[in-house]
Amino acid sequence: MDQFIFGLEVVMNGLMTGVMYALVALGFVLIFKASGVFNYAQGVMALFAALTLVGIQNGQVPFAHLINAVFGTQLHHFGWTVPAVLAIALTALVMVGLAFVIEKLVLQHLVGQEPIILFMATIGLAYFLEGLGDVMWGADIKTLDVGLPQGISDPIEEITANWFGYGFFIDRLDLWATLIAAMLVAALVAFAQYTKQGRAMRAVADDHQAAMSVGISLRFIWVMVWSIAGFVALVAGIMWGTKSGVQFSLSLIALKALPVLMLGGFTSIPGAIVGGLIIGVGEKLFEFSIGPMVGGATENWFAYVLALIFLVFRPQGLFGERIIERV
Amino acid sequence: MKLTLAALATTMMVASPALADLIVPNMSYRTGPYAANGIPYADGFADYFTLLNERDGGIGGQLVQVPECETAYNTEKGVECYESLRGQSPLVLNPLSTGITYQLIPRITQDGIPLYTPGYGRTSAKNGAVFEWVFNAPANYWDGASVAVKHILDQEGGDLSGKKIALVYHNSAYGKEPIRTLEELSQKHGFELSLLPVDAPGQEQKSQWLQIRRDRPDYVIMYAWGVMNQVAIQEAVNIRFPMDKFIGIWWSGSENDVRAAGAGADGYKALTFHGVGRDYPLYDDLQQYVYDAGKAAGAGDQAGSVLYSRGAYSALVIAEAIAKAQELAGTSEITPAQMRDGFEALEITAERMAELGLPDFGAPIALSCENHGGDGLARVQQWSASEASWSLITDFIEPDAEILDPLIAEDSANYAAEAGIQTRCE
Amino acid sequence: MIYREAGDFKTSYRDDSQTFPIRLDRWGYYAILAVAFGIIPFVINDYWANAVMVPFLIYAIAALGLNILTGYAGQVSLGTGGFMAVGAYAVYKLMTSFPDVNIVIHILLAGGITAAVGVLFGLPSLRIKGFYLAVATLAAQFFLVWLFNKVPWFYNYSASGQITAPTRTVFDQAVTGPAASAPAKYLICLVFAFVLAWVARNLTRGSLGRKWMAIRDMDIAAEIIGVNPLRAKLSAFAVSSFFVGVAGALLFAVYLGAAEVGEAFGINKSFLVLFMIIIGGLGSIFGSFAGAAFMVLMPVLLKNFLVGSMGWPTDLAAHIELMIVGALIVTFLIVEPHGLARLWRLAKDKLRLWPFPH
Repeated sequence: MDQFIFGLEVVMNGLMTGVMYALVALGFVLIFKASGVFNYAQGVMALFAALTLVGIQNGQVPFAHLINAVFGTQLHHFGWTVPAVLAIALTALVMVGLAFVIEKLVLQHLVGQEPIILFMATIGLAYFLEGLGDVMWGADIKTLDVGLPQGISDPIEEITANWFGYGFFIDRLDLWATLIAAMLVAALVAFAQYTKQGRAMRAVADDHQAAMSVGISLRFIWVMVWSIAGFVALVAGIMWGTKSGVQFSLSLIALKALPVLMLGGFTSIPGAIVGGLIIGVGEKLFEFSIGPMVGGATENWFAYVLALIFLVFRPQGLFGERIIERV
Repeated sequence: MKLTLAALATTMMVASPALADLIVPNMSYRTGPYAANGIPYADGFADYFTLLNERDGGIGGQLVQVPECETAYNTEKGVECYESLRGQSPLVLNPLSTGITYQLIPRITQDGIPLYTPGYGRTSAKNGAVFEWVFNAPANYWDGASVAVKHILDQEGGDLSGKKIALVYHNSAYGKEPIRTLEELSQKHGFELSLLPVDAPGQEQKSQWLQIRRDRPDYVIMYAWGVMNQVAIQEAVNIRFPMDKFIGIWWSGSENDVRAAGAGADGYKALTFHGVGRDYPLYDDLQQYVYDAGKAAGAGDQAGSVLYSRGAYSALVIAEAIAKAQELAGTSEITPAQMRDGFEALEITAERMAELGLPDFGAPIALSCENHGGDGLARVQQWSASEASWSLITDFIEPDAEILDPLIAEDSANYAAEAGIQTRCE
Repeated sequence: MIYREAGDFKTSYRDDSQTFPIRLDRWGYYAILAVAFGIIPFVINDYWANAVMVPFLIYAIAALGLNILTGYAGQVSLGTGGFMAVGAYAVYKLMTSFPDVNIVIHILLAGGITAAVGVLFGLPSLRIKGFYLAVATLAAQFFLVWLFNKVPWFYNYSASGQITAPTRTVFDQAVTGPAASAPAKYLICLVFAFVLAWVARNLTRGSLGRKWMAIRDMDIAAEIIGVNPLRAKLSAFAVSSFFVGVAGALLFAVYLGAAEVGEAFGINKSFLVLFMIIIGGLGSIFGSFAGAAFMVLMPVLLKNFLVGSMGWPTDLAAHIELMIVGALIVTFLIVEPHGLARLWRLAKDKLRLWPFPH
């Protein structure tokens, strides 16, 4: 009975973790759907966004290190702090600018190339952004605080303690992440369904050429999608960065999103959410039940193996579009 | 291809230092996953030597050159650094990475260059009879495990029977180091040990901390590095684990690790083998000769932090060993072999530490041919979130030699057999 | 006139289908071999061997292996790091269990073991394709790394889980361990790289290579014309993993000397080798070498230039280096998406027609 209750707690936490994974996976799906690009740089974009957010919030001088090295100055801070909401808005603007630059300098020149080439270009982009983030804001750990609460949620612990005799642990940050993710997905769906730009985006996702022939600007759509993905990266960066501080390893959360993508399918937003939940619960349950027998730390590979098993039965992922091949 | 090679060859000719100086390379990492920890350490290491050069004109009248090489905590870059630094005939290397240390031990043994790995690297290198060129004073990973348990013993009034201690560790060579020691100690003291590995990078540790919440161990010992530190401390705060029963090794005890968790991290404990903060006379000199002169390394904003202090302390030990080597050799231009002799005759007393402007900063160190690791003394520091500073809460604690000595003898004997090394020091 | 086909008469099919149909190319190839085998071993120093040539040759072998799988057979794999780990741990176990057997045999056996593991993890490729397969091979990557980290038998129960290569000799010259000289390390890697490149070239232009390419271009069509996809795909996985396993064995035994699985064979290694073949050119032997040279040399070159010549702080140099490598990758892809190999071929075609434009 105890094991069952513990298992239940693990499942709950797995679901919450899954939401965090899905937040990262969402950015991949958006870009893949609209432009067929598997954007390896999504994780680095999350890091870059979080770095920029903290930098703006704390009034850091961008490129201070470079400027000091070249001109021998001692610049570090502007001496002001920016409120969180304004800083988030400014960071979102930076991400839009970034999307614009990426479209102008990279994507525009690679129209019609094979997927693997586009994938490779995003790897180059990841390298570049990683270096740029470090040069702009420095490589030290930064504390990210936009006012999100953290720690165990007392009401839930109390209620479950009354029900089961064992208070469940639910992180308040995870609850907020779930709420924000739900709002984000709702907003994205509404955008895609009810706005002109959203419909254009879906048209592009369905068929590039047909969309162009009815007068939809591919370049505009790409800038828009990369901007949205940049915003999603910012949200993911805030959620993950609040817990761990903002530093290099934040970019590695992309690796947590890949099995989610495999499972959910590269082209489906609901797939990303459901995939995230399955991976989150799956890996936590496996670590809980089988982990102690094999020595633990199984989460990294189990997510992939789980996704692999799913794929053997459904090669296009749970919600992916069916692949129809003709000779 | 050939053109590139030629261009490369010319660029590599350019950087050759003046031969008369003492070369003590700074193998640092200011980029990559562990940059945040590598930066203060490298700054402290460089600043201490800058101070010696500016204030005393170097050591024994010889300037110290500290060429920096970026390893990014990556073993292959570490090899590249080693090969390029070797051409400059360094006196001693301090790679600040357990992985790179393992890689370099056979090479430096062959090439005859001392390796100084304070608080990291291969623990059994303490046995100088086998590891002629490696020094890991003042303390190593196994000392750390033993000191942590001793501190817990103190807290519990000397009896641990029936208590539960969990080890949360980085699932790598480094994190696995203390397991053997803790297993031996758990037999000796009768506590129950549970092991919780976390895969690198450790951004996600919910499973481990849920398990800790269920099992309710009396104490948690942690061997972590990089982002794993911040996340672990945050998760411990989240599950309301009592922070004063949570003890990190010295690599899990810098300001970086606790700051992100805010007020919740108050009371977190970590081991250390040196003092913290700027409250030492040495900082007056550093201020005068280094900071105010605009010669500080890096951004110059790390002074007094835990890892900065550790970098400066390791520089201090190296500097003392150089002075000793000069004294023994009767010349100020020493060779790496004389440097090894200097290390083996190294004695840093409490009085000497006070003379150097760091009273009660580190435990006395006395090395010999057999003992390359010192006495392994370490103390416990505790984080105060309101003052945002660490304070030392115990005196230096001696590790349990009864447990550790046989383990070190066994492991070094294995290495000697594997690598075909004749023991020395008879 | 240089670089002309005129006067270079072919009198047999054999001549006509040789690897270097143009005489100057042939000479260039022999000249490179002569320099590589006859001159470099006598002049190479430790820095050049350990920091540049040895890693270059080892990564070239790995890139050849991945290129067979990805470039020729069209199966994208991100498990290279894991398979290299199999090679490394296999050679470590063999070296320590049978110290009297020659290291060359151990390295080849390690390749064989990796091939078997590769076939096992290649099985999903029969159903999963494209990016899904790429991500699926990550399962192999993470699982293998975890396995080698977790099971103490693989690292002979050492306290920390590090493996260290003991000294082994070939013709009485130490090639592994600390006593190995720079020329010895260089030569053993060169011999393996040369032989394996030769094997790869001849495999890929034989019937097996044609089957792989048929599968790559369209697997359903290939199946209809009588190519067995099971055999073609699994043989690609086997051959590719053999190469990668040999590279892993050399990387650990000759180059690094000591390794820890998570650090030395992590996911970054998989990406690095993939970068090499894409930058070098998919489906090209030359491309594998060019890509490996680019990814190994570029950081060393940039570092020596920025830190050594310009005197920049190392951290700034390292960050700028990342930006430059990233920008270069993107630039290369924009200028020539098919890699250095295509660039090289275009240059050669231009040279053949020069001074005429067409």
